[in-house]
Amino acid sequence: MTPAALTGGFADAPLQSAQAFRSILQAMARPGTIHDLTGALPPPPLSVAAGVALLTLADPSTPVHLAGATDTPAVRGWLAFHLGAPLVGAEEADFALGTWADLQPVSRFRIGQPDYPDRSATLIVAVDHLEPEGVRLCGPGIRGAAQLSLPGIPALQANAAMFPLGFDCLFTCGTRIAALPRSTRLEVL
Amino acid sequence: MTTMDRKAWIGLLARAPAARLAELMPTLPPHSFLRPPEIGAVMVRGRIGGTGSAFNLGEMTVTRCSIRLDDGTLGHAWVQGRDKGHATRAAVADALLQTNDSTRVKAEVLSPLATEAAEHRNARASKAAATKVEFFTLQRGEDQ
Amino acid sequence: MYVAVKGGERAIDNAHAWLAEERRGDLAVAELTLGQIREQLRLSVNRVMAEGSLYDPDLAALAIKQARGDLIEAIFLIRAYRTTLPRLGGSWPVDTAEMAIDRRISATFKDLPGGQILGPTFDYTHRLLDFRLAADGEAPVPAATATPSPDAVPHVMGLLDRDGLIEPAPVTDGTPRDLTRAPLELPADRALRLQAITRADEGFLLSLAYSTQRGYGRTHAFVGELRIGTVAVEVDIPELGFSVAIGEVELTECETVNQFTGSATQPPQFTRGYGLVFGQSERKAIAMSLVDRALRWQELGEDFVGAPAQDEEFVLSHCDNVQATGFLEHIKLPHYVDFQAELELLRRLRHDTQRMASQQNAEAAE
Repeated sequence: MTPAALTGGFADAPLQSAQAFRSILQAMARPGTIHDLTGALPPPPLSVAAGVALLTLADPSTPVHLAGATDTPAVRGWLAFHLGAPLVGAEEADFALGTWADLQPVSRFRIGQPDYPDRSATLIVAVDHLEPEGVRLCGPGIRGAAQLSLPGIPALQANAAMFPLGFDCLFTCGTRIAALPRSTRLEVL
Repeated sequence: MTTMDRKAWIGLLARAPAARLAELMPTLPPHSFLRPPEIGAVMVRGRIGGTGSAFNLGEMTVTRCSIRLDDGTLGHAWVQGRDKGHATRAAVADALLQTNDSTRVKAEVLSPLATEAAEHRNARASKAAATKVEFFTLQRGEDQ
Repeated sequence: MYVAVKGGERAIDNAHAWLAEERRGDLAVAELTLGQIREQLRLSVNRVMAEGSLYDPDLAALAIKQARGDLIEAIFLIRAYRTTLPRLGGSWPVDTAEMAIDRRISATFKDLPGGQILGPTFDYTHRLLDFRLAADGEAPVPAATATPSPDAVPHVMGLLDRDGLIEPAPVTDGTPRDLTRAPLELPADRALRLQAITRADEGFLLSLAYSTQRGYGRTHAFVGELRIGTVAVEVDIPELGFSVAIGEVELTECETVNQFTGSATQPPQFTRGYGLVFGQSERKAIAMSLVDRALRWQELGEDFVGAPAQDEEFVLSHCDNVQATGFLEHIKLPHYVDFQAELELLRRLRHDTQRMASQQNAEAAE
């Protein structure tokens, strides 16, 4: 394992992970809102927000899938040291990382079962642009409507149509994060 | 340095009594934390029937720590229990054992720990040996 | 129905303060230290570790002190604490054949490699109170020692296995299901059942095991081997790329030799039950192996005779004392609204009955 893999974790894990968890919770509870997520420095191409989300949510009991360009030796080493999460194929993953293009086809990811809809994947999607504009979001946690710049709208609409089954998404861009739970409906304006 | 050596000394440092390691390493060289001491749990597994498939027996507390000495040498530790000082010392010792200082650390830290661990093990084994049953057969009438 | 009610805060604070004072007891008596509990009440510590499902003698001692010696309360404290710990990984299965042995006995073979080692056992004491301990007992005479034999102490089952007289213990790969990570789903495989019963309440397991001996799902058990001692816990360390024996745990292991089965394809052979428990807990380990064996009726093609110990749903749903005590004791907490509803219903029913009775009386009179 290279020394670089050993740096960039939380300096004060209990406090930082609790704060990050709160931010992710807020993002998930209020779809479309954008939150800052900082405190770790993962190796590229992982964004700071994606790294912090993983440090907070993943551990040796949550299999992770690295899609496309995300799957580098540096990222693998960093995950092994800081998370200890096993790396798996898309079909078995609790968390999957990559750009929207890397993650295609998203039909590979777990959507849960009728009696256990929680046994589904969370996609941590890297985007170049994350702004409160574009597609209209409505549903639980949104007063009236919100807007978010999202890729792959037809696939996300199809995912929402499967509710209560489906995967959930976190969109990360630098140090910023927004969430799209499966309960959110998307309307193209 | 072979992996076996390092595997053995990391284990020896991990299993050492924390207070004893603190006595043997009263001062630590300058170092920075790659992973500050972190307390967690490891699931201990057994085998069904002693030799069969694995099952989860229960967890044990573990503290892990990774450090870097000023010269860049890395040291890692995973130790049983919740003693952060123990994990830090074990990680620093692991790093020192990879430097020119290794002979001194082996003599001052590893040797006494290894001797004491062997003594402790032997003391219990000796008491157990004293409770081993020596069966003897009573003389039976028809044999005479 | 649940309704939030406020109030009682001062009463609760005062109750806690009194609890702390009662826990300390008479100030003229020296306070217990954790070291005293850990060293001198070690079997209590072992039980709290086994049923709390967390091996840490210092924490178990603290829990016992805080719980005023109520072991189920102490187990509850440990279970609550362990949920706060990040799971750093899983160990390699411990190798009990390599155990540093304190005690090892077999009820099936008198002469066996490694011999019968009694260890620090209560078995041959006369169960007479020792008043010397009450009179500020002196330090005991040091235990006798003898030269340990360098020979290995192989598992008794290995001896039977060599002759094909006992069912084999097949090895399957993969990570075992973990009931602390995923909710219990039935049917459980044997690995999951063993996890549930190694952390189960000792008293519950003891009674179930005893019931099988008395005929409720009899399995004709012999203790093939009981061993107590320490084993190394080896863990893969990701940053090192190899595994390290990072600690040691004391374990009690029991293997029973049980009634034999045979079939068209298999010659008659003994079957086995298995118990493995944290600490020196041999009553628990023996009970565990009997209950494990009773639960295997289906796999071994035996009849279900309706015995509690054979019923997986019954055993696994009721063996955990933290779950059981939580549900049991919650009925003492305020249920004012539920009870009002019941009271209301009962009054209405009585009113209706009375009305009907008087109507009938009136009709009869006409």
